[in-house]
Amino acid sequence: MVDTLLDIRDLHVTYRVYGGVLKVLNGVNFRVGFGEKVGLVGETGCGKTTTMKAVLRILPRLARIPKGEILLHGRDVLKMNKRELADLRGRGLSMIFQDPTSALNPVFTIGQQLYDVIRYSTDVKVTDKREVALKALREARLPDPERMLDSYPVELSGGMRQRACIAFAIATARDLLIADEPTTNLDVTIQDQVLRLIRDLVEQKGTSLILITHSLGLALETTDRVYVMYAGNMIEMASTEEVFEQPLHPYTRGLLASVPRLTGGGFAEGIPGRIPDYKDPPSGCRFHPRCTHAFEPCTKAMPPSFDLGNGHQVACYLYQNGREGGRNA
Amino acid sequence: MPERGTNEILVAKKLVKHFPINRSSLFKREWVVVKAVDGIDFAVKKGECFGLVGESGSGKSTTAYTIVGMYGPTGGELKFKGEDIARPAVQRPMHLKKDIQIVFQDPGSSLNPRRSIGDILETPLRVHNRVKKGKLMEQRVVDLLDQVELPAAYRFKSPPTIGGGERQMVAIARALATDPSFIVLDEPTSALDVSVQAKIINMLMRIQKQFDLTYLFITHDLSLMRNVATRIAIMYLGKLAEIAPAAEFFENPLHPYTQMLLSSIPVVTKAEKALKPDKIHSIGEIPSPVDVPPGCSFNTRCPLKQERCLTDDPVMREILPGHFARCHFV
Repeated sequence: MVDTLLDIRDLHVTYRVYGGVLKVLNGVNFRVGFGEKVGLVGETGCGKTTTMKAVLRILPRLARIPKGEILLHGRDVLKMNKRELADLRGRGLSMIFQDPTSALNPVFTIGQQLYDVIRYSTDVKVTDKREVALKALREARLPDPERMLDSYPVELSGGMRQRACIAFAIATARDLLIADEPTTNLDVTIQDQVLRLIRDLVEQKGTSLILITHSLGLALETTDRVYVMYAGNMIEMASTEEVFEQPLHPYTRGLLASVPRLTGGGFAEGIPGRIPDYKDPPSGCRFHPRCTHAFEPCTKAMPPSFDLGNGHQVACYLYQNGREGGRNA
Repeated sequence: MPERGTNEILVAKKLVKHFPINRSSLFKREWVVVKAVDGIDFAVKKGECFGLVGESGSGKSTTAYTIVGMYGPTGGELKFKGEDIARPAVQRPMHLKKDIQIVFQDPGSSLNPRRSIGDILETPLRVHNRVKKGKLMEQRVVDLLDQVELPAAYRFKSPPTIGGGERQMVAIARALATDPSFIVLDEPTSALDVSVQAKIINMLMRIQKQFDLTYLFITHDLSLMRNVATRIAIMYLGKLAEIAPAAEFFENPLHPYTQMLLSSIPVVTKAEKALKPDKIHSIGEIPSPVDVPPGCSFNTRCPLKQERCLTDDPVMREILPGHFARCHFV
C-alpha cells in the first residue's frame, strides 16, 4: 500500500439552520495516498463538497465539526492555528472549483490574480514572478500566455477560465489537488481537454488528485480508486475497475444502471425516492428507505464498512458474511 | 392542410436566425451579426423523437425557440403540418400555439415560484379554453399531475418546495395541458442527477406513446440521445453537420466533428468503449458565432482539414440512405 497523504477518520459535520440541525456528514472515512488519483462520486447534496471544504477548513460559519480527524502528513488539520492553515492552503493543497466564473475575481486581470497566488505560496522573488506565472499558464495549455496575463476573466471562454484556475492551482508545487466537478459547466469536447490536462499535470508532477464528480464515466477515465458517497456516508470504496465491473452496494448498482449507454437498449428504472432530509435522516443505513434489498438490521444501525478483500469495502449488511451475500440480491 | 403523401409534421428549409448586436463605441458606429442559426434544413416525421445535439453556442436552443415562436426567423421556411409558422408566436393562430409546446432546461426558473402548482397548470387550460372553471378544471389538473406520476395534493404546493426532478415533471405536465401534438424538449434533464434523469426519460417515452406525440429533443448528452432518439442531427455553429438514424449515427459516424464528439464522451462499460471511434483528441474551442470562419465552419478544429475547407463551404449530401453529412471528404 502507498503511504498515506490525507486520512479522514470518522468525520462528522453538522449545519445549524433555522428549525434544527442538519447532520450532513455522518462518519466519513477517506484516504488518499501519495501520487494517487482518487474519485469521489455521488449525487447532488450527498456531501462530496462538504467533505473537501472541511479539509481546506473553508466550511461556512454555520458548520460545526463535532467529531472526527483530518490528518494531512499525519497532522490534524482541525487543530491547526491560522498561520499553519494559511501555510497549508498556500503550499499543501489547492482546489479547483466547479464554476470558474465565480472562482475568479472579475475586476482583476488573470496576471494580477496569479501573481497573488505566487506571492503568498512560494519564495519566488518579485522579479521572477512573471516567469513563474507564464510557466504555469503554459503548463495549463492556455494559448498566448503573454496576452493572457493582461486579460480579464470576462474576456475568456468557459474552458479557458477553467484552465486559468488550473494554472493557479499548479503554479506552485503542491501535494494534493482537489478538483470539485471541474468540468460540469463545460461542453464534452472541452471537458475531455480539461480532464486530460489535469490528468497529465498530476502524473507529471506526482501530485495526488481528488476528483469530485457526479459523472461516473469521468471517474472511470481519470482515477485509480473510487469512493461512492450517499447522504453523508461513504458507502463503497474499491479500485476504479472493480467498482465499475462488480459494483456491490445497491445504491452504486442503481446509479450505474441509470447511466444511459452509448450502446443503446433503453433505460433502467432509476432509483425510487430521493435523497433524505438531513434534519431527520432515516435511522440505521441512510439508504434503506430507497433500497429494494433492505431487511431488518438496515433500519437499526448504520452498517460498518465490510472489507471484502482486494481493497473493496462496502457499507451494506448484505455483505456482512462476505461477497456471496449480495449474489442473489 | 397537411401535405399529402408525407408524414412530415415539421419542415425547416434554409432556416436562418440572425441577431444584430450593437458594438458601437463613442467614436464608431458598428453593428455585428450573430449568426445563431445559419441556414438549416431538416424535417421531423410524425411520432418520432428527433434529436438535436450540439455544444453550447451551436444554435440548438435558438432553433427550438424559433419553432415555438419565441422569435420569428430572419429567413427561410418553417412549416408545421403544412402551415407556415415562420413568425413569432403573437402572430400565430391560437390552434398552432396549442399544438406546439416546450419544456425548458431549468424548471427552477421556468416555473413561477410564487404560484401554486395548481395555478401553474390551470393557466394554459384557461388561456386555451380547454375546460370550464370549477370542478372540471380541478379534475383536469389532478389528471395532469397523475400523468406525470405526482400525487394530487401537489397542486397546493409551490415549486421551490419540491425537488428538482418533481419540478421538471410539473413543467412536463404544463406542456401536456393543452393537448399538443409536438413538444420541444430543451435539455429537459441536464440539470438533474442520473437516477432522476432515468425516471423522467422513462416517463417522457411513455407519454409519447400514450398521446402519440412528436418530440424535438435537444441535448448535449450523446449517450442519452442514443437511448431516446430515432434520428439525430448534429449542429455546429448554426449549421447542421450530420443527420442520421440513431443506431447508424453511433455505429458509423461520418463527419469528423461527430467523431470528435463521440470520442470525447466518458463511458462506463467496455462495450461502449469499443463503440467509440479511435481516440481523436478534441482540440480547440467552438469559435464565436460573431466571426464564423470562412469556408467550412469546423475548419479551425478539424483533423482532416485541407486547403479546400478554408474557402469552400461544403453542402449537405446524402452519403448513405437517410444518412446526410456536410463535409468534403466523406
